[in-house]
Amino acid sequence: MTETPKRHLFDDPKNIRRVRQVLYTLCALSLGAELFVERHADHPWEALPGFYSLYGFVACVILVLVAKELRKVLRRGEDYYDG
Amino acid sequence: MGSVAPFLIFFVAAAIAGLTRGWLRSIVLLATPIVGAANLYLMAPDASLQVPLLEFTLELIRIDRLSLLFGYLFHLAAFLAIVYALHLRDRTQHVASTLYAGSALGAVFAGDLITLFVFWELLALTSVFLILARGTRRAYRAAMRYLVIQVLSGVILLAGAVIHFRATGSIAFEFIGLKPLGSGLEGVASWLILLAIGIKCAFPFLHNWLTDAYPEATPTGTVFLSAFTTKVAVYALARAYPGTELLIYAGATMAMFPIFFAVIENDLRRVLAYSLINQVGFMVCGIGIGTALALNGAVSHAFNDVVFKGLLFMSMGAVLYRTGRINGSELGGLYKTMPVTTALCLVGAASISAFPLFSGFVSKSMVMVAALDEGYPVIWLALLFASAGVFHHAGIKIPYFTFFAHDSGLRPKEAPPNMLLAMGLGAAICIFNGAYPWVLYSMLPFAVDYQPYTDAHVMTQVQLLFFSALAFVWLQLTGLYPPELRGLNIDAEWSYRKALPAVARRITALAAGVRDVVLGRGYTAARRLIAGLYRTHGPEGAMARTRPSGYMAMWMTVLLSAFLLLSFI
Repeated sequence: MTETPKRHLFDDPKNIRRVRQVLYTLCALSLGAELFVERHADHPWEALPGFYSLYGFVACVILVLVAKELRKVLRRGEDYYDG
Repeated sequence: MGSVAPFLIFFVAAAIAGLTRGWLRSIVLLATPIVGAANLYLMAPDASLQVPLLEFTLELIRIDRLSLLFGYLFHLAAFLAIVYALHLRDRTQHVASTLYAGSALGAVFAGDLITLFVFWELLALTSVFLILARGTRRAYRAAMRYLVIQVLSGVILLAGAVIHFRATGSIAFEFIGLKPLGSGLEGVASWLILLAIGIKCAFPFLHNWLTDAYPEATPTGTVFLSAFTTKVAVYALARAYPGTELLIYAGATMAMFPIFFAVIENDLRRVLAYSLINQVGFMVCGIGIGTALALNGAVSHAFNDVVFKGLLFMSMGAVLYRTGRINGSELGGLYKTMPVTTALCLVGAASISAFPLFSGFVSKSMVMVAALDEGYPVIWLALLFASAGVFHHAGIKIPYFTFFAHDSGLRPKEAPPNMLLAMGLGAAICIFNGAYPWVLYSMLPFAVDYQPYTDAHVMTQVQLLFFSALAFVWLQLTGLYPPELRGLNIDAEWSYRKALPAVARRITALAAGVRDVVLGRGYTAARRLIAGLYRTHGPEGAMARTRPSGYMAMWMTVLLSAFLLLSFI
């Protein structure tokens, strides 16, 4: 094991930062697109500006935080059923 | 010209595959779905095959747009899975999986409830070998639980079919619809048949056979399993119970609750199993809404799900095959040596997340639009939540913890060529159906008047997904995201894997106590009785005493003298 390990794409923290920056840009662009896209809303909530963005973000945060609490209740050892 | 029943081609091929080996078997296996699809293509649109049995007429082939779509889908799924499993030198798995695919075709083309029942049970009996083939004790026990539940589903179906026949005089497998339980035999039959389908469909609380057994199967076996059983159930539901309101709520529940389990589950194939239930939830919901748009959505989503879920299971199977591990806590950084698998997995992830240009985008939204059109805004919100959740656990978590995240130090080889080919074909279909949905749309049961690519739909969906990803990044950076931990999470299966055995043990212990008391008292009483009898009848007892014969002669003399005396009075 003397050979130097090959450097891969995400071994460089700069590249990880770049991926995040691309995501931030895409978020901003998709939000900004609302100014240009004509919408006919099937439902009043849909017509709220930024509804989908907010819903997506909040839904995922709630999902993860609730799941985290659930884990405290539900998690058992790997051989729980084998006993 | 007589038609060959689609299942027959697979059953014959399974027999030949059992007798051949090596490249010859590979050719037989690969040719099976191709010949089958050609047979289906050449079949007359009104083809039918009826076989008399006792007083009944069984309808082995019933062709309409619904059965034909699932027929083609199963041929496609079988072909992809066969290519994926081509490297195996395992006669049992090859034969079992071919029979399993054939059984699914048999069920989908069944025109009557008896034929459906036979293939329903064959699905269980043939697929269990794909779990057993893993060869571990865990797999064996999961397989037995799977078999019991699946066969039970079949028995309930048979009971429902028998009662249905008594009530209606027909065994035809047509629209049944849910009738009130109080409405006599027909009501009972409709609930029993729905329950049977519900088990196979993984309705809430009936779902754990899936998350229990699928992750224990072999890497290739799970790919077969994910394609057929639940989709046969979706087909049966779409045929017999469209427009049943109960299904809307059942489906929304199925779409919602598994994502919470998926977020905290460590076994990544189990994450996908939960995700499978979540996707089937969208289909069940669509069937419940029951309009042409909703049913088209349900059926086309079933088609897309088989391909992208298969692709995801294939990529995880490849990781398991190469590393021997599947827990998120033990993986990471595999993109370095498995770049092609990584890229193909990402296509599957984008498809299940319904990114524009990927297959989920063109089918899932039909169900959601239908939910709003028919006045179910809360259901629509639930499905939207589930959509964001899918992206979170299947779209991000699966590829992130396997291929990126922290470097596990594992440097496995790239997946074998046959696996890459199968995944590549799956990915191509995902992108094709996503970018050019019209071929899929042209096969749907109802004429399609739906345009997935409107500016508004693309923009809102992209907003939903990008901001979900943003939530993931934020949770990761702040350390709020729960780490992958070893362990298992209890679910409804706790009732029959822990509670019922515990209750059974308690009852056994109680019965043993009662037995001990009863037997103990009884034993003492019996002993006293025996001792008493011994005292009177034993060798030393009064009743067993031997007396001299003179004793007898004396008493006879006394008796006779008394008689003589009395006669003189």
